[in-house]
Amino acid sequence: MPVRVFVTGLGIISGIGKDLNEHVTSLYHSRPGISDIRFLDTHLKGEIPVSEVKCSDEELFGMTGVSSHEAYSRNSLLGIIAAREAWDHAKLGTRKKRRTGLISATTVGGMDQCEKYYQEFLKGDSYNDFIEIYDCADSTEKIARQLGITGFRTTISTACSSAANAILFGARLIRDGYLDRVVAGGTESLTIFHMNGFNALKILDKQPCRPFDANRSGITLGEGAAYIIIESEEAAREDAPEFIAELAGYGNACEAFHQTASSPDGQGAWLAMKKALETAGIEPGQIDYINAHGTGTDNNDLSEGIAIQRLFGEHIPPVSSTKPFTGHTTSAAGSTEAILSILSLKHQMIWPNLNFRDPMPELSFTPVKELITDVPVNYVMSNSFGFGGNDTSLIFKKVKQE
Amino acid sequence: MAYINGIGVISSQDLSRGFPETLQEYRVDFLPCLPPDYKRFINPIAARRMSRLIRMGITSARLALADAGVEMPEAIITGTGLGSVEETEKLLMDMDSGNTLLNPTPFIQSTYNTISSQIAINLKCHHYNSTYVHRSFSFESAFMDALMQIGEGMADNALAGGIDEMTMMHLDIMRKVGHWKQAPASNITLLQDSTPGALAGEGAAFFVLGKEPSASTYCKVEGIDMFHRDSPEGLGEQEIRSFLQSRGYRPDDIDLLVLGYNGDSCFDGIYDRFAGDLFSSATTTWFKHLSGEYYTASAMGLWLGAFMLKNGRIPSAVLLRGDAATPAHRVLVYNQYRGEYHSLFLLSAI
Repeated sequence: MPVRVFVTGLGIISGIGKDLNEHVTSLYHSRPGISDIRFLDTHLKGEIPVSEVKCSDEELFGMTGVSSHEAYSRNSLLGIIAAREAWDHAKLGTRKKRRTGLISATTVGGMDQCEKYYQEFLKGDSYNDFIEIYDCADSTEKIARQLGITGFRTTISTACSSAANAILFGARLIRDGYLDRVVAGGTESLTIFHMNGFNALKILDKQPCRPFDANRSGITLGEGAAYIIIESEEAAREDAPEFIAELAGYGNACEAFHQTASSPDGQGAWLAMKKALETAGIEPGQIDYINAHGTGTDNNDLSEGIAIQRLFGEHIPPVSSTKPFTGHTTSAAGSTEAILSILSLKHQMIWPNLNFRDPMPELSFTPVKELITDVPVNYVMSNSFGFGGNDTSLIFKKVKQE
Repeated sequence: MAYINGIGVISSQDLSRGFPETLQEYRVDFLPCLPPDYKRFINPIAARRMSRLIRMGITSARLALADAGVEMPEAIITGTGLGSVEETEKLLMDMDSGNTLLNPTPFIQSTYNTISSQIAINLKCHHYNSTYVHRSFSFESAFMDALMQIGEGMADNALAGGIDEMTMMHLDIMRKVGHWKQAPASNITLLQDSTPGALAGEGAAFFVLGKEPSASTYCKVEGIDMFHRDSPEGLGEQEIRSFLQSRGYRPDDIDLLVLGYNGDSCFDGIYDRFAGDLFSSATTTWFKHLSGEYYTASAMGLWLGAFMLKNGRIPSAVLLRGDAATPAHRVLVYNQYRGEYHSLFLLSAI
């Protein structure tokens, strides 16, 4: 029997809240985080909506307790806030010390500062503190330092599935006996760099995104960070304050189709979901809710929808994309949505796919339109698919309260 | 554990016919890679749209697979500290020029996972695919993941590599914070140069790890570990002993060291102490005169260790201390980046 892996702490910050409780409230009241750009200084302000964390950099410095004179990117600050909430939730500060690692996901790294200071890096002769923080590892190192993690750390970047792969790798490190506990998740702040990049690809919706709608017109970007604490059963049984959920299954597959497009038959998505079911040892019929990747692009939603139909056949469970709440937090999306999926298990509710109106003619199912309460949710599947066909699916299981 | 059954390397030296008789000397700001012969593996139309780094990645991955005689690996895992630096710079410069209608290609290619996913597209490989981007733990994490895939029974063959590129712009920026030498240096006489800063470099090395040995096997992989320091410091004796002990060895069992000397007077002393304290009887070699320093340079060190075990000889051009004539049985590869990121790879002859 493989080692069982339990979730014992959650921490999240996104456009719909600064902590876990604010997320539950926003989800329950269907309050999205998408609005006009307020904090990012870009020519796209007023033209393209986003889901920003509703805090200036100064406010984020205040929340972390880090001096604003230090070279911390917005990415690192968001990561520290969410990872610390998860850390405290699992009471790791006061429990028995065990082999603990940090697996963090990001793609923009310190680009928010790099893009501000780039000309200065090139022309200036003087030392600029921000030079050394532009890479992906920087936010991971800053989080490790703030939490006091001295052991294993690494950073994963597989585009929009990055944070799901961080959770997957963390679980494998525990199962393979390298670590007892892992802080796993991702952080991604909005930057001009990737706003412009996605805009150049012409896949940003001018309205809030409408996943799985016939008239969908692209992505709404978001920012945020989300981390979960996962532990071996042995570590959790000894002194964890709460068993929040079990990480039952995971699957990673590659489309190997196109750098930015998904295949028409959703082969990568199908394989990732199928592998996740296999590692969980369950049948498709046991999944009670799919938190879809559902970006709102023509291509993703069709490909993912077809893959879901192929795998679940006549019995498709309730499906929703929560990106109309949080926006697409790219490298942090996998852990953001893992937490929303775990909240679905915990509260026995299914979150609505906001902004949905017209069914896609190609699909046999429509997403969940209204909040569903008092529904048995025992297994939830969380999908995260990235550019380059890096597709990952996670399955969380409700824990019987003992 | 697993076996290294194939390797593909791109560096400043022509290694296509084994280890060269004499190394090519460069007196440069950074050691550049020789352009790979990618036309064997990538169709020219697709190649035109690819960044240099992606061409290097696919080519070294395909060389490794050909070397191992494996057509389809069951995992593709890349470590890269910086991904396509050139493409990132293109987009930044384009943005700085006030352009609001950007070309999307540099954005796509600057995304770190492009290397692993382009290798998958080239091979039509739907299996496990991931990318690690943690400075000098990037390749180490990728390699460890590949070992785990094999250990878990998820893969019989896994492809793992370390790849990074250097550009003049990036060189200039990182030179300001002291990572690189202030003046051009020779790769051949690098270790006589007692100035601060490393000789920068770039390179790609992919490995096919197999569950079983084969006709092409280089060596057995006995273990890997990573050690982080918040401020520059060498490894402790106890850490090294316990790394070896947990694999059933003592320091005396190591007969060959591959060390990451890079010519930086501030940090090379860490290698002197490592080789002197516990391994005074081991033969000592180095490799960064072939590759220069970069976040995933340890992959080149791993190549050299595996190469020497397979061929039963130590090229005199890499020898620092000891006897080149005695074949090695057990190799410890030790690399560190500015005293903060340390890694050990333990290899055995088969």
